[in-house]
Amino acid sequence: MPNITYAQALNEALREEMKVDSRVFLMGEDIGHHGGIFRVTKDLIDEFGAERVRDTPISESSFVGVGIGAAMAGMRPVVELLFMDFALVAADQIVNQAAKLRYMSGGTVSIPMVVRAQQGGGRGNGAQHSQSFESWLAQVPGLIIVAPSTPADAKGLLKSSIRAGNPVIFIEHKLLYNTKGDVPEGDYSIPIGKAEIKRNGRDITIVSYSRTLLFALEAAETLSQKGIEAEVIDLRTIEPLDMNMILESIKGTGRLLVVHESHSNCGLGAEIIARVYEQAPDSLIMPPRRLGAKHVPIPVAETLENAVLPQPADIVEAVEAMF
Amino acid sequence: MPLTPERLQAAYRQMLVIRKFEEAIRNLYQQGKIRGSFHPCVGQEATAVGGCWALREDDYMTCTYRGHGHALAKGLSVRAAMAEMLGKVTGCSKGKGGSMHFTDPSVGLLGANAIVAAGVPHAAGAALASQLQKKDNVALAYFGEGAVNQGVFLESLNLAVIWNLPLILVCENNLYSEMTPSHETTSVVETHKRAASFGFESLQVDGNDVEAMYNAVEEAAAKARAGGGPIYIEAMTYRLWGHMMGDPEIYRTKEEVAKAKENEPIIRCGKRLIELGSKESDLARLDSEAEVIIADALQFAESSAVPEPADAFTDVFI
Repeated sequence: MPNITYAQALNEALREEMKVDSRVFLMGEDIGHHGGIFRVTKDLIDEFGAERVRDTPISESSFVGVGIGAAMAGMRPVVELLFMDFALVAADQIVNQAAKLRYMSGGTVSIPMVVRAQQGGGRGNGAQHSQSFESWLAQVPGLIIVAPSTPADAKGLLKSSIRAGNPVIFIEHKLLYNTKGDVPEGDYSIPIGKAEIKRNGRDITIVSYSRTLLFALEAAETLSQKGIEAEVIDLRTIEPLDMNMILESIKGTGRLLVVHESHSNCGLGAEIIARVYEQAPDSLIMPPRRLGAKHVPIPVAETLENAVLPQPADIVEAVEAMF
Repeated sequence: MPLTPERLQAAYRQMLVIRKFEEAIRNLYQQGKIRGSFHPCVGQEATAVGGCWALREDDYMTCTYRGHGHALAKGLSVRAAMAEMLGKVTGCSKGKGGSMHFTDPSVGLLGANAIVAAGVPHAAGAALASQLQKKDNVALAYFGEGAVNQGVFLESLNLAVIWNLPLILVCENNLYSEMTPSHETTSVVETHKRAASFGFESLQVDGNDVEAMYNAVEEAAAKARAGGGPIYIEAMTYRLWGHMMGDPEIYRTKEEVAKAKENEPIIRCGKRLIELGSKESDLARLDSEAEVIIADALQFAESSAVPEPADAFTDVFI
C-alpha cells in the first residue's frame, strides 16, 4: 500500500472521482496551475482542463453560490475555500442556501456539493486564519460535516462526500497535509457517519478528530507508559455523529474525554457529553471532561497559541486528573 | 417564437391568473389562513410573463420572495402554488417552503429566495452547469433593484462576465427597495449602467410592456444560447401594492400610485390586444378563464390535507 501524504491522498480522491464522473468539477482560488496553496489540486488542471479545474476570483459568497446552482442543475461541484475562516464570507450561501434549499423545496431539488476547507492553528496564522468551525456548523441542519485525520480516511471520505448527493463540509487541517500514511489504491471509500477506534484501551475513552486526534494518540502513548490505557476514537464524521461507538466504548472504560480544536464554549465536546448523559447516564464512573480552544481569538506567537489550543501534554494532564 | 396575437392573448390570461392569485392570497391572508409574510407582485406581472415565456421549459430560473408571478409564469402549477400558500401537503414544497420559496425543478424553477440577491449566483451556477454539459439551456435570475447593493450580486456580475455564462439577469426596478426609495440608497440607480461597467451587454426596457419584455428576453436568450455571454435587462416597473401585507406605504403618495395604475401591465396588454383585433368579449372570456383557474386552485388547496407532524423530519437529505 503506498505511503503518501494527506494532500496527495486528497489529490488522488479528486482525480479518481473526476475520471469516473464527468459531473465532478472543482472551483476555488489558485487551484489551477498553482495547484492550491497546499497542493491538493496539483496537476489536476493538466489532466482535466481549466473548465473543470476553475480558478475563481476572491469572492467566496458568489462561487459557493455558483456551486449550489450548478449542483441543482446536475453537476457535482467540489468548492475549495482557501481557509475555513472564509466560510463566514460565504455564510449565507452555506447556511441559508446550501443547507436549506432541499428542505424548503420539499425535497424536489438536491445540492450534491462538497465545500472543502482547511482550518485550525499551530502555524501562527493568527485569529482570522486559524479558526475551527465544526461546532458552529454542526448547529445547522442540512449539512454533513466530515473531518478526517489520516491520509487514508481523507481519501476514502472525500470520495464518499463527492458521491453523497448532499451538501458536505469537508474539513481539512493545515498541519495534516504533510503527514503521511498508507492509503489503499483504486476505488476505495469510507462511509460517512462511521467513527473508528484508532487505539484500543480499557481505562478511558478519548474522542477526537482531525489534528487533535494525532495529539490524542501521542498522549495515549505517554499515558500507556504511566499505566493508563486510553481508547482513542476518531470521529471522522462530525455530523451525523457516531454516538453508538462512543457509548459502546465508555461502557468498557467508564471515563470520557473529548478533545477538539474548535472553541470549548458551546462546542462539540459539550454536545457529546450532553448526549452521553441523556443516553447512558450510568455508564460513566467519573465526570467527563472536554478540551477545546480557550475562549479567546487564536493568537500568533507560539507560546500564546499553544496556551490557547489543546496540546498533547494538556490531554495527558486532563486524563491523569480523572484517575 | 414571436408573441403572436394568439400567444399575447394567452400571456394576458397568464398575467390575470397571477393578479388573481395575489388577490386570492390577500383575501386568505385577511382571513388569517396564510402563515408568514406575503410580498405581492401586483403591477409587475409583465416582467414575469414576458421574461419566462421567452424561455424554454428546460431553461433555468431563480427569483425572489416577490416571486409568485415568476413561478407561475415559468410553469409552476397554480394548484401546487395555492396549496403551498395554505401549508398543505399537496403544495409545491409540501408545506415546508411557503410563499418565499416556490420551487419546481421540473419546469426549471430552481427556487424563489428569501435572502435578497442570494438566488443570483444560483442562476449563474445553473448557467455554468449548462456550459459544462455542452447544453444550450440558459438561466435567468430575477431580482429587484434593491438587490444591486448586495455583495453577492456584484460578485456574480463579475463571474458571469469572466466565464461568459449563458445568463440573463433581469432587474425589476420598481423604484423602492422594500420601504425606501432606491435613489436614496443606491449610487447608480440606473442599474443597467452598473452592469455595463462590469462588461455586461445591458439595456433598459419598459417592464410593464409584456411584448417589450418578451422580445428583450427572447433576444437575450438567443444570444446566450449561442455562446454570446450574459445580458443584463433592467425592466422598469412599479409595485402597485405595498412591500408586504401591512405596509403603511408612507414612502409614496396615493396620487403616485393612482398615476402608476394608468400604466399597469394588464390594462396595457388589454389595449394592445384590442389594437391587434381582439374584442372586449375576448378579454372578458380570458378574464373568466383566469377566474376558473384560480377557483379550481383554491378548491384544490382548501380541500387538501395538511402535512403530518412526522413530515417535518423528511427532505433534509437525499
